[in-house]
Amino acid sequence: MSFANVCSQFKGFDFDGFFNRIQPDDIIKVLGKPGLDRTDFLVMLSPAAEGVLEEMAQKAHRLTLQHFGRAMVLYTPLYLSNYCVNVCSYCGFNARNRMYRKTLTLDEVEAEARAIASTGLKHILVLTGESRRHVPVSYIAGCVRVLRRYFASIGIEVYPMEEEEYRVLIQAGVDSLTIYQETYDEEVYDRVHVKGPKKHYRYRLEAPERGCRAGMRAVNIGALLGLNDWRRDAFFTGLHAAYLQDRYPEVELSVSVPRLRPHLGNFPPLYPVLDKNLVQILLALRLFIPRLGLTLSTRERAELRDRLIPLGITRMSAGSCTKVGGYAIQDTGHGQFDIADTRNVAEIREALLGRGYDPVFKDWHPF
Amino acid sequence: MEDKLVLGGREIDNRLLLGTGKFPSKAIIPEVIKRSGSQVVTMALRRVDFDSQQENVLNYIPKGCILLPNTSGARNAEEAVRIARIARAAGCGDWVKIEVITDNKYLLPDNYETITATEILAREGFVVLPYMSPDLMVAKRLQDAGAAAVMPLGAPIGSNRGLKTRELIRILIDEIEVPIIVDAGIGKPSEAAEAMEMGAAAVLVNTAIATAGDPVLMAEAFSLAVKAGRQAYLAGPGLTREYAEASSPLTGFLREVQEA
Amino acid sequence: MLVVVNGREERLPEDLSLMDFIQSKGLAPESFVFMLNDRVLKWDELNGIILQENDRLEILRFVGGG
Repeated sequence: MSFANVCSQFKGFDFDGFFNRIQPDDIIKVLGKPGLDRTDFLVMLSPAAEGVLEEMAQKAHRLTLQHFGRAMVLYTPLYLSNYCVNVCSYCGFNARNRMYRKTLTLDEVEAEARAIASTGLKHILVLTGESRRHVPVSYIAGCVRVLRRYFASIGIEVYPMEEEEYRVLIQAGVDSLTIYQETYDEEVYDRVHVKGPKKHYRYRLEAPERGCRAGMRAVNIGALLGLNDWRRDAFFTGLHAAYLQDRYPEVELSVSVPRLRPHLGNFPPLYPVLDKNLVQILLALRLFIPRLGLTLSTRERAELRDRLIPLGITRMSAGSCTKVGGYAIQDTGHGQFDIADTRNVAEIREALLGRGYDPVFKDWHPF
Repeated sequence: MEDKLVLGGREIDNRLLLGTGKFPSKAIIPEVIKRSGSQVVTMALRRVDFDSQQENVLNYIPKGCILLPNTSGARNAEEAVRIARIARAAGCGDWVKIEVITDNKYLLPDNYETITATEILAREGFVVLPYMSPDLMVAKRLQDAGAAAVMPLGAPIGSNRGLKTRELIRILIDEIEVPIIVDAGIGKPSEAAEAMEMGAAAVLVNTAIATAGDPVLMAEAFSLAVKAGRQAYLAGPGLTREYAEASSPLTGFLREVQEA
Repeated sequence: MLVVVNGREERLPEDLSLMDFIQSKGLAPESFVFMLNDRVLKWDELNGIILQENDRLEILRFVGGG
């Protein structure tokens, strides 16, 4: 059994036909239920639900307060390398892009760590492109051992790995895994991943489960919104989270909702995701899995981020930079995408406090 | 409408499972079964006491009922397995309700021994229905071990105190894929209906019927309550509109903020 | 000879058939489950079995239970 089996149950399912039958009253009815099943979740993602967003938001807000309180965990990304062997049409690290490539030395990692730690952040997310030659697992483990001295929680968002490799990284000090499927539609996936190991859809699809089995404390998944019909990708993202949560109840699961951002070699979204669509996705996920973590990055602009907080967000990045060496090094590599919320950590902290939320710099310490 | 409970490959229409203990007279058992419409009936296996001869309860259970011998009296997995094997060899069929009790004060089941017995008997091809204290992790283990259903208690056996474990059973119903059958503790038809409304697949009732003033009438009352609860569950909750707290709309910004 | 019946030792005459023993107890065989040395017997076996020294016989019955 794998999540691929769950996906295959929906081969040939008439999503449009289903959505067309949904009336606003159906959404209200689902809102009255104590818990949502898969069908209810899909109802929440229907076009008809756009007319009932406020009622969905009220319930999502209540559920979020009930399960998480007014706490917001802050983290920031740290890019170790922008070398990449994949040709992905939507990504700035695309192997075909002519750009300055760089991998941090351990000393540079330490300089970056010091700069980030000085802002007070204790949770960090380590990122790289996919190049096992430039960024082997052993290198990532070495960086993690350096970062461990500065941070309480270290996540990775790197190429998919074997379970045993995840164990090696956990041993080095990693406690959480972020990996996005980008899109759950195999055909679209194949089309946008033009070349490289990332073409292997199923290997990536099953990576979060390998991470769970390896003993990751937290796992964060998501789809890159804009590659495909967002209603379907949001649906499968939610099912994926539920699948993992059911099988690995010891893992803290969260979902990110990244929208495609401008970057070098611009790739216009095939399926634009409007603000109201993003809101609907967040609300549907919260209502479907009330305990699910919801992560919001600086891809979104400041004023929108602030408005999304009460709808169910539990984790936000702050003071982010997607350039390799962007926090402390002069000689920086090119970034993955442009940041929209350019506020620094102190400003985001203030914004949260101003809205009655508690910015959490550390909610975990490995023993 | 087709709404059948499938257990061990058998389709069951009536979701009231009936126990045969504690009846004032065995002679009324056939009428109780008839009026309740129960298709699954439990009994126990005991050594004969030569001093007080009683009749075999099987003689009072109509043909066509699925026999569900329990392993009551077992204090560990080994004894439960032994009783199950004897019952099967004696022609009772493949079904068994595992009941392992070491606690004589509250008569609560021993979940750990129950898991072990379930593993062994499921491997031997039994349709295993384990009686347990509602605990999610244990229910998952029972499911993984091959249980055909999981039977959490609503309250201690024979207590007639109702669905005291309501919240825990609700979690089992949400999380466990095999049917959840509420066993033990249900004292009134309204409590059986509540369990069914919550989404329980069936309920097993004994004491509440056997010790009622009129067991036959009570059996019918339970049967109707189980049907009503099941239908309510299938019908789904009514339209309960939750009005927004108008003072602070959460999505108003979608109209005021320009799309980026 | 000594035979253990339902956990209790009983002194019985030699060459006693199981069926004779059952009838001496006033039991109607079809209402009971007979287990000889851990093996459940079929009713039509009862006639042909002669009890032996140290046999363990269990006589069981289905009773009401929930």
